[in-house]
Amino acid sequence: MTNLKFIFGRLLGAIPTLLVLICFAFFLVKSAPGGPFDFERSLPEEVEKNLREAYNLDDPLYLQLTKYVGSILTGDFGPSFQYRDYTVTELIMSGFPVSLRLGVAAIFLALILGGTIGTIAALNQNSRLDYSVMFFGMVGISIPNFVMAPLLVLIFSIALNILPAGGYANGSPLHMILPVVALALPQAAYIARLTRGSMIEVLNSNFVRTTRAQGLPLNTIIFKHVLKPTFLPVISYLGPATAAIITGSVVVEQIFGLPGLGRYFVQGALNRDYTLVMGVVIFYGLLIIGFNLIVDTVYGFIDPRIKHNR
Amino acid sequence: MNPSNSLASDAWSALSKNRAAWFSAIALTTMVLLVLLGPLVSPYEVDQTNWSKLAMPPSMQDGHIFGTDDLGRDLFVRTMYGGRISLMVGIVATLVSVLIGVSYGAISGFVGGKVDSIMMRIVDVLYAMPFLFFVILLMVFFGRSIFLIFVAIGAVNWLDIARIVRGQTLTIKGKEFVDAAKAGGVSTFRIIFRHIVPNLMGIVVVYVALTVPQVILVESFLSFLGLGVQEPMTSWGALVNQGARQMESSPWILLFPALFLAVTLFCFNFIGDGLRDALDPKDRTNTNE
Repeated sequence: MTNLKFIFGRLLGAIPTLLVLICFAFFLVKSAPGGPFDFERSLPEEVEKNLREAYNLDDPLYLQLTKYVGSILTGDFGPSFQYRDYTVTELIMSGFPVSLRLGVAAIFLALILGGTIGTIAALNQNSRLDYSVMFFGMVGISIPNFVMAPLLVLIFSIALNILPAGGYANGSPLHMILPVVALALPQAAYIARLTRGSMIEVLNSNFVRTTRAQGLPLNTIIFKHVLKPTFLPVISYLGPATAAIITGSVVVEQIFGLPGLGRYFVQGALNRDYTLVMGVVIFYGLLIIGFNLIVDTVYGFIDPRIKHNR
Repeated sequence: MNPSNSLASDAWSALSKNRAAWFSAIALTTMVLLVLLGPLVSPYEVDQTNWSKLAMPPSMQDGHIFGTDDLGRDLFVRTMYGGRISLMVGIVATLVSVLIGVSYGAISGFVGGKVDSIMMRIVDVLYAMPFLFFVILLMVFFGRSIFLIFVAIGAVNWLDIARIVRGQTLTIKGKEFVDAAKAGGVSTFRIIFRHIVPNLMGIVVVYVALTVPQVILVESFLSFLGLGVQEPMTSWGALVNQGARQMESSPWILLFPALFLAVTLFCFNFIGDGLRDALDPKDRTNTNE
């Protein structure tokens, strides 16, 4: 029961966050100098008037805002300003599957890679292996996605010529390898450090000492007692990790020429495509808020020490 | 030794044992000196093009030790200039965020009660925002001035600091010296900024060291997308972008700025880590009470 109540409370808590997000995006875009119809050659007056009317640009701001919020609630982000024949919802839905594939693959890769490396480092604490793993972990954190991606292309596509340098090719796995790796590596490095620190703490805790004193085999101790508490901080890091992966996907999609959401965002921003940009930002916000909610809930189920009364 | 220095001296003795942090500090100092003095020594100017030496690989003989870019500009001088901008953005924007974060956190923690819960609820709400996207929007809509980069990035990065500072303030405000100040009739404003904030410096130093690389990263990210600093100015992110576009024919244009950027971030991260181990025994950033 308390769990249901907790989830419900969190859902309610997410509503003001969303509203603030929408208002933020709305007023930011509205206060920007230069409109979407500022072309080099000015439009005939009647045409511009009709356009402004069609997009509600002549209404007072608060009315525009309430109309916008109302239509978002029904899943309608309005027509795109630049891609005339498409609605923003259609554009988001065409880009999202690509970004989703990329992001999910990257998160899984980061978790598996980071978790394994961190565990190995923690079990060999203060050995040379541990130090070198952590050193490379720090290197991984310090090399941003947009540096990692060209470097990977340089090595694997240009020098070794074994992987394609870009393009989507309808999602062929071969084309996805480099983007996924570029997106996952910094996160994997962070998760490895997190896992290591957390596991060392668990290994030094009293209950592990007790199980050791009872003479349980080391493998049993690790798999039955150590792993679960070790990965709790990693799970709570999944929220920020998702946000980082979404951000990273913007550049990675750009570099590898993947037709995902991130590319629409950058292009929309450069073209002053008001509705598209707002739509994508709100969509990203929804994703991050929703994912954090899931992580919180899962965390609460796994870790009974968390009290759901906040 | 003066006992009031104990935090600093404790930290110093812990830090001096951390070889990685030491090495990073030396590397970083070298980097700063290089970035500041390098262009003075080189015979070339940042924007000096040479049409007979387009995209030349690095060579010792003609003084283009990093080679030249596709317009024949000396890459060494450009990398150093880019470094000046990147480091300056890192430091200035961090100061902006520290200023906001410390004031916000200290006020929230010290005043407490309803004000505190409202202020922290605002931080919670802001935390859930995809902020980088707002920075991108700001850059696109309001022109790409360097001043705006400082403000936008600084205004986005203060949330962590505000939370940490608030947590620390809550523990400090129960101490006797604060009661003494209150009894002595010192104003709230003065207590916060003269008695509480100086005691937060340890934790603030840690977060400065950890925020600078984040800020440099954001700036390079923006510049990489072409939304950050604009020609004729340049930064490491802009140079990496330029290099990535021609890495097949002339990889050094990508490699040198990328190396400088990565090494700088690396050093800052190591120093930040070392400082955190030295100054913040609890280590966890989680201060949700």
